Amino acid sequence: MTANFRLPVGGRVNRDEALRFSLDGRPMLGYRGDTLASALLANGVHQVATSIKYGRPRGIMAAGVEDASALVQIEEPFPEPMMSATTVELYDGLIARGLPGQGRLADRPDPARYDAKHVHCDVVVVGAGPAGLVAALTSARSGARVVLVDDQNQAGGALLGSDEYFDDLGSPAAWVHEVLAELRATPGVLVLERTTAFGAYDDGFLLALQRRTDHLGAAAPKDVARQRIWRIRAKQTVIATGAHERPVVFADNDRPGIMLAGAARTYLHRYGVLPGRRIVVFTTNDSAYTAAIELAETGVDVPMLLDARAVPPEGLVAECAARGIEVRAGHAVTGTEGREHITDVHIAPLAGTGHPDTIMCDTLLVSGGWNPVVHLFSQLRGALRYAPELGAFVPGEELPDVQVVGSAAGALDLASCVRQGGEAGRAASEAAGFTRPAPVPLPTSDARVAEAAAMVLWQVPEGAEPTADTRFVDLQRDATVSDVLRATGAGLRSLEHIKRYTTIGTAHDQGKTSGMIAAGIVAEALGVKIAEQRPTTFRPPYTSVPFAALAGRDRGELHDPVRITAMHSWHVAQGALFEDVGQWKRPWYYPRPGEDMADAVLRECRAARESVALMDGSTLGKIDVQGQDSGEFLDMLYTNMMSNLKVGRIRYGVMCGVDGMVIDDGTVIRLAEDRFLVTTTTGNAAKILEWMEEWLQTEWPHLRVFLTSVTEHWATVPLVGPRSRDVLASLAPELDVSNEAFGFMSWRDTVLDVTGGVAARVCRISFSGELAYEINVNAWHGRALWEALMAAGEPYGITPYGTETMHVLRAEKGYPIIGQDTDGTVTPQDLGMSWAVSKKKPDFIGKRSFARSENNRPDRKQLVGLLPANPATVLPEGAQIIESAHLPEPPVRMLGHVTSSYASAALDRGFALAVVRSGRDRIGETLYVPVADDVVPVTVTDSVLFDKEGTRRDG
Amino acid sequence: MTTDRRTAVPPGADLPDHPSFLWPNPDPAKSYDVVIVGGGGHGLATAYYLAKVHGITNVAVLDKGWLAGGNMARNTTIIRSNYLWDESSGIYEHSLKLWENLEAELDYPILFDQRGVLNLAHSLQDVRDSVRRVNANRLNGIDAEWVDADGVQELCPIVNVSPDVRYPVLGATYQPRAGIAKHDYVAWGYARAAAAMGVDLIQNCEVTGIDTVGGRVRGVRTTRGRVAAGKVALCAAGHSSVLAAMAGLRLPVQSHPLQALVSELLEPVHPTVVMSNAVHVYVSQAHKGELVMGAGIDSYNGYGQRGSFHIIERQMAAALELFPIFARAHLLRTWAGIVDVSPDASPIVGLTPIDGLYLNCGWGTGGFKATPGLGDCFAHTVAKDKPHQFNEPFTLERFTTGALVDEHGAAAVAH
Repeated sequence: MTANFRLPVGGRVNRDEALRFSLDGRPMLGYRGDTLASALLANGVHQVATSIKYGRPRGIMAAGVEDASALVQIEEPFPEPMMSATTVELYDGLIARGLPGQGRLADRPDPARYDAKHVHCDVVVVGAGPAGLVAALTSARSGARVVLVDDQNQAGGALLGSDEYFDDLGSPAAWVHEVLAELRATPGVLVLERTTAFGAYDDGFLLALQRRTDHLGAAAPKDVARQRIWRIRAKQTVIATGAHERPVVFADNDRPGIMLAGAARTYLHRYGVLPGRRIVVFTTNDSAYTAAIELAETGVDVPMLLDARAVPPEGLVAECAARGIEVRAGHAVTGTEGREHITDVHIAPLAGTGHPDTIMCDTLLVSGGWNPVVHLFSQLRGALRYAPELGAFVPGEELPDVQVVGSAAGALDLASCVRQGGEAGRAASEAAGFTRPAPVPLPTSDARVAEAAAMVLWQVPEGAEPTADTRFVDLQRDATVSDVLRATGAGLRSLEHIKRYTTIGTAHDQGKTSGMIAAGIVAEALGVKIAEQRPTTFRPPYTSVPFAALAGRDRGELHDPVRITAMHSWHVAQGALFEDVGQWKRPWYYPRPGEDMADAVLRECRAARESVALMDGSTLGKIDVQGQDSGEFLDMLYTNMMSNLKVGRIRYGVMCGVDGMVIDDGTVIRLAEDRFLVTTTTGNAAKILEWMEEWLQTEWPHLRVFLTSVTEHWATVPLVGPRSRDVLASLAPELDVSNEAFGFMSWRDTVLDVTGGVAARVCRISFSGELAYEINVNAWHGRALWEALMAAGEPYGITPYGTETMHVLRAEKGYPIIGQDTDGTVTPQDLGMSWAVSKKKPDFIGKRSFARSENNRPDRKQLVGLLPANPATVLPEGAQIIESAHLPEPPVRMLGHVTSSYASAALDRGFALAVVRSGRDRIGETLYVPVADDVVPVTVTDSVLFDKEGTRRDG
Repeated sequence: MTTDRRTAVPPGADLPDHPSFLWPNPDPAKSYDVVIVGGGGHGLATAYYLAKVHGITNVAVLDKGWLAGGNMARNTTIIRSNYLWDESSGIYEHSLKLWENLEAELDYPILFDQRGVLNLAHSLQDVRDSVRRVNANRLNGIDAEWVDADGVQELCPIVNVSPDVRYPVLGATYQPRAGIAKHDYVAWGYARAAAAMGVDLIQNCEVTGIDTVGGRVRGVRTTRGRVAAGKVALCAAGHSSVLAAMAGLRLPVQSHPLQALVSELLEPVHPTVVMSNAVHVYVSQAHKGELVMGAGIDSYNGYGQRGSFHIIERQMAAALELFPIFARAHLLRTWAGIVDVSPDASPIVGLTPIDGLYLNCGWGTGGFKATPGLGDCFAHTVAKDKPHQFNEPFTLERFTTGALVDEHGAAAVAH
């Protein structure tokens, strides 16, 4: 059955551009400017899908985002689940499928791009209907920066669904065109079409989704972001989002062909499409009369209008009579017939005289009144008020810097809408700091105005409770009046509970038409006033937003910044493998051909212990601490004393949290009386800077201290091993590198013989126990320094090493890695670092906690070494430590765990560091480590396993 | 039409019906043996076990709003017990064992589904921490496995385990007995059963004061009048510190928003639960078909039950890194609950310096999974005036003594 329901003329579609599309395999044609829904209706197709629970045919009930039943799966050009046919702009090649409830995700990657943009403005206006247009124009004329956001492909709002005569201009379209032209020509004004404001947050923050290329289908340019998130920050917000018509609930109210009356007007005027050939209208208010009259004027058979009100509006009734429409007052629809399409309407008087009747039709238009779109206002936590004259919630309070105008605020006629829009535009401009603009001329129209008050009717009363209820409250969830009554019967009173019990309002449309009706039916059932009920909370987003749009550009490589050092390209060229440490890429090890990781690490370790090796240490966090109270500040942050450090000297320090647990460590060098350079672990640099700032700003604002991250300023190369002094000497002619002149834990500035002289700061520190120098140069010279060191060390077989070798070398010396050997439950004392905890300082972060009973238990876990009985064994890191040689039934008492474990070249065996209960008292004991199905015996040792006396440090 | 789609009702489209009666709506009586403040999952479960196990039925559960409308209605329903420390795994495993029989116990279809939970590791340190936790779990008798990237893909084929992503998946811990349940159903199951045993469930009744005399609790003041009580048990996550302050107690908890979101209904694609602390996202697909997702807490303190949108945007970026096929799924709804976060990311459950006042708070982001276990243990604590063995470690005093149960290291976002 293909039929043409397109009028020969009219509508805002481009009849010169025909577009091919299909639904469920049925090919059809539409026009540019159609939605999928209008194109389907033009082809006589009402049914789009079947319902989720009962499999009932469901059709197009609305013309916008409020539609609850016309859900489709887009299959081509790219699969997209659960779209409302009423919001999909038609494009050539669109292939869609009616959805029975669950959408389908593509099984291939989405090729589209997405992005986000920030915009700051004085006034943001949401909605380009008459109220919003006037508000935007008024503000724009004041010089304010205005952003006008509208979800349609053209401005006009409700005017798109009307054809009344407008001022001197003739049509509403002409007026809209004129306003838009001025807005677009005004500097500082941004008009965003196809852009849905979906989230409103504090302080004028508004989020909107712009659909930039969807309407182009497969022809969309690949290099243009398909969708964009606009992050709009406005001084003033004007919400002019209009109203959604709501239906009335009656038996079999879900058949395809049953549509909201206002939607029919939109299809008629905007798309030039008739919803049917023989149309019955059922209303509780005056607005649907216009639909009946206009449709009749196109030549459609409109045999009857049912007005639930006992006293209908005289003028409108007369207009109907003139067009052959019989108005039956005090009547309602009590049921419908039809299978895939409505065929008959059963009607009956609501009260008093009259008889039930059945009317044949192919379309039933319904209007139960209008719900202001208060979503954004409610998201802002604006309180809603029940307006009994509307049967709807309206904004119930003033919010600072926010105005709600037009039908979103409950206004019912054009004059009120544009007047409110103008006032809001003026007020917003003034509040944003502009001279209060003059009013703009307000348009007037010959649109029919309401004559009589609307009646609030949620459902058509039934004599007896039906056995199989077909009075659908939420079409998408297949939830009926009986379901609501079952919920109230179960003892539920809160709308939130009833929503959850019935699932009403939880579907794709989030209850845009069903929520209010459910509230009304609940109130009737419980005998309470709606005004006493709290509506369910409106939450972002107003309409659904693709995940990919929210992720924007932050995907793949751009998901999180990749930080690389000045020497990175060298490491890559040498075939290094990398480890992610925080955001940094650090060389992990440098395998030579034929080497596995174990071989490479043993070789790198040997080079450091026997000759000379170097690594890229640039990623260590570096914080420049300046100001006359720097020493006092660092004394509070570190457990040991820093203020008495001499200029030119370096000290190792430990930082604890307030709980006394180690959070970071590193070296502190004193550059001047009022200046220190603090190093942090690579992964913790940002956190430590924040930590320091938090204390400085919130607890000790009196301290004159300034903190700057300088991590990226420097390239840092630890040069390690017995021959490191020779290599440094060959590059630092001005530096006396002797142990006497340049002792351990001191630093010197010098000029290196690198590319014509590079200033360097050399620190004599060691994280390996070997003679070592940490050479720092401006990051610009990092690669030159590295290459110069490689060349200078060549006679000694200088060897680059990565983080794994660094870990082995330090573990052999028992130096912990914070975050690997500690987990936030380890004190400096547990690490054997009581020496780094000042007994003299009156206070520092963590000090108080050291006095707690738990911190002084003898059975705390302490850092020790473990030697597996079999020297070839390398214990897995993360293995637990137990007392018995045989694994008992769970729960098994755990004494601690293996924190670091390696094969050591220097020790010629496997070894591990571990935290173990009473560990230091257990030195010499045998404990056990369950590994897979085995239990491995280990001997507890001191944590320092190599060069206990420290003889290698000075070379 | 050419195709008859009436038969094509999709799997999982429908949920089991709720019982035709849930609970009555009594007015508060003048006095109760026990008043539980907070009618969320914990409060209702506590009431249930007080009545069921201890025979104490002269109990009122007071809620300032609608029953189970706080975090119980807002969480992402993940249930697991694979915590690092003995203390934590003790109470969570106790809870998991109760979950395993809860549907029968409550005679309510709570949709408890042991579909397994994967906690992904993205760095070498993640791997070390994960292996450590697996080993600890196994020695504690909790099902736990370490699976490599291929194993992750086998369990959840839609996870992108390519080494070419920003933070590749290096492996995961897997707890097969972990899973999800339907939060409202759980709460309502407890509520119905508690009410049937005589517990008064009183809604729209906000506690405005706690009366004490001589260091002993005497009752509460509410928006519906004074209610005398022999014992008062606080179960009001998010507002615990506010309530405790009414009794003069200052709690070491911070209140933060924690956001969650859902997509539209989708055909089944995600067979398990995937959590990633490193990129801050956790995802499951609920029974009806919607993707349910959460992320880390909002960093600023607050009581407003909504968060900042940039958290959601970051979470989506993380989700698409892990699950590229989610690209065109749609965000349908976002919301937030308010979680109490304690300094060691572990709960505070037990006695207080005030006789007859009992405290249950600080569950942070992990309270839902503990519902049955906490209910059982807290009911025991209230009934016996003495902690149950599983909540004994979680005293308020530990922040003075230092006997912390610090789960930060093991699960930076402890869900």
